[in-house]
Amino acid sequence: MAMTADKVSAEKQKAPKKLKSFKLGFDFRTQLELKLMLLPAVLFIFLFDFTPLFGLIMAFKNFDPVMGVKGIFTADWNNFTHFKRVFDNFQFWPMVRNTLGINLIGAAVSIPCTLMFALLLNEIQNARFKSFVQTITYLPHFLSWVIFGGLFITLLNSDGIVNYVLQQLNLIDSPIQFLADPSYFWGVAIGTGLLKDIGWGAILYLAAMAGVDQSLHEAASIDGAGRFKRMLHITIPGILPTLMVLVIFAVSGMLNNNFTQIYVLQNSLNLPASQVIDTYVYQTGLLNFQFSSATAIGLMKSVFALLLLFGANWTSKKITKSGLF
Amino acid sequence: MVGGKHFGERVFNGTTMALMILLMIMTMYPFWFSVISSLNTGDGLLRSPVFLWPREFTIASWKAVLNDPGILKAAGITALRTVIVTLFSTLYTAMFAYAFSRPYLKRKGFYATIGFISMYFSGGLIPSYMLMTWLGIYDTFWVYILPSLFGGFWNVIIFNANFKSIPEALFESAKMDGASEFRIFFQIITPLSKPVLAALSVFTAVGIWNDYGATLYFTQSPDLQTLQYVILRLIQSNRAVENMMGSANGVNLAVQSLVNQTGGVGSVTARTVELAAMVIASLPMIIMYPFAQRFFVKGVLLGSVKG
Repeated sequence: MAMTADKVSAEKQKAPKKLKSFKLGFDFRTQLELKLMLLPAVLFIFLFDFTPLFGLIMAFKNFDPVMGVKGIFTADWNNFTHFKRVFDNFQFWPMVRNTLGINLIGAAVSIPCTLMFALLLNEIQNARFKSFVQTITYLPHFLSWVIFGGLFITLLNSDGIVNYVLQQLNLIDSPIQFLADPSYFWGVAIGTGLLKDIGWGAILYLAAMAGVDQSLHEAASIDGAGRFKRMLHITIPGILPTLMVLVIFAVSGMLNNNFTQIYVLQNSLNLPASQVIDTYVYQTGLLNFQFSSATAIGLMKSVFALLLLFGANWTSKKITKSGLF
Repeated sequence: MVGGKHFGERVFNGTTMALMILLMIMTMYPFWFSVISSLNTGDGLLRSPVFLWPREFTIASWKAVLNDPGILKAAGITALRTVIVTLFSTLYTAMFAYAFSRPYLKRKGFYATIGFISMYFSGGLIPSYMLMTWLGIYDTFWVYILPSLFGGFWNVIIFNANFKSIPEALFESAKMDGASEFRIFFQIITPLSKPVLAALSVFTAVGIWNDYGATLYFTQSPDLQTLQYVILRLIQSNRAVENMMGSANGVNLAVQSLVNQTGGVGSVTARTVELAAMVIASLPMIIMYPFAQRFFVKGVLLGSVKG
């Protein structure tokens, strides 16, 4: 009897220990519940992100839209004809030039401008004025490109306010065709892009700046470093990782135009400067029904973008020791 | 920091202030300009533009837009789509992120892999178009809903960072008490994650409200046009007419009926209708914006700094 009583008490003592070592959450029921929670999202990922990947086969085949979906698998292989034809197309190189031009010059303008804006904003001591500036400058980010682009189309029109003011000031004789003349298109695209996202883009820098150790600033100012010196030697090195992430995104996204923006600003007159890869894919694919060549261009773009992403990340890691992954 | 007593400091502060004010004017003025222009008479604008205030005030253009059945229908479709997608996409994405954030989830690597693949690989436009046709949702209202129901792995990363910052003891005690995962998610985690839920819901809602790509790519019937798409077509047809006629008062069939309805000859033109439509379509975002703004920084920061 005494033995069993001992055993019972021993087991009672063991009981809490056992509970601790029992792995919480690894039971069947919990795992099932978690799987049920993952299920809808997983289904949507497979259906809408992964299934279209099979469609990429079209790029290597003589696919015709009349064949229907089955045709993706049954059409004949065609030895990369679509890829070869893409390079022979007289529209191809101008389109690549526009894409790279708008994106690279755009990044070269917008990254320093946004950084400057964030640095200056960070120096404002009046908290209410600072948050007021933020409120106002974030706003365009929440307007659609149809609205924001539409506003600028109205302003820059030949009888719009910009031309009106320039003419009243006798700076120009005849209205500048900002949107009808191809030579202005890159500028318009880059300028509107900058203005729309300069405020919102600064959030990331401001967050990184808030993370910089304040004691560094105090120590430096005791040592006699002025505002500019501290900006250069403390703030900028402090936000370098954030800056590098944005540069990596800019580099990997250089083939990836903002279709939503370009399509709004595009018209038949500025097409020589405004036709970019994404708008071309839309036009050949969905308007001219050349599914295979549109897919081929899209596929090439994705592959290059991925290579650029890894390349930029690798380079950034080598040089600044910080990267995306 | 050091006070602004020195001359150099004051110059610096003054310049910064001036630059900020200039930037704010550049951001806000285009919008203000369209508000006042849309509230002015159309033929008044043809004589000379307005700069600060409507010269000949009229709400005729706004009335024309708000009475147009096409625009109202488009607004209804856009609103319905925005509400449905925002609710379900936030729910599904948050649920996925919650399960993903649990340390005891088995095969986590699998879910991370499919998440990252979905971020960096895509079939592109034409394969997606084929998929919509194959599923039979091409040119139906469903094409606005189904493809958008998962908010993307980037949002999962932001949610994940938030859920990870909740003390693990909370989960443990709830589990000890026998609460199911669903109960923990809905009754403990959701109330604690209001800022990030609000921020990501707002981002989703803005993205959907502003989208015109789905309409452009995956629909063709006029009954399914979204608000942004209708306005885009309005802008494009006005510009096409202007380019041909060399004036803002050219005959535009798309706008003609709209202008005629109002009867007031001259007070409404293609230009004022276009501007009024743009202002009205952006109002929901502008009204919602101040309420949502306080969540942005919290919501964005957690993801950007940690992720």
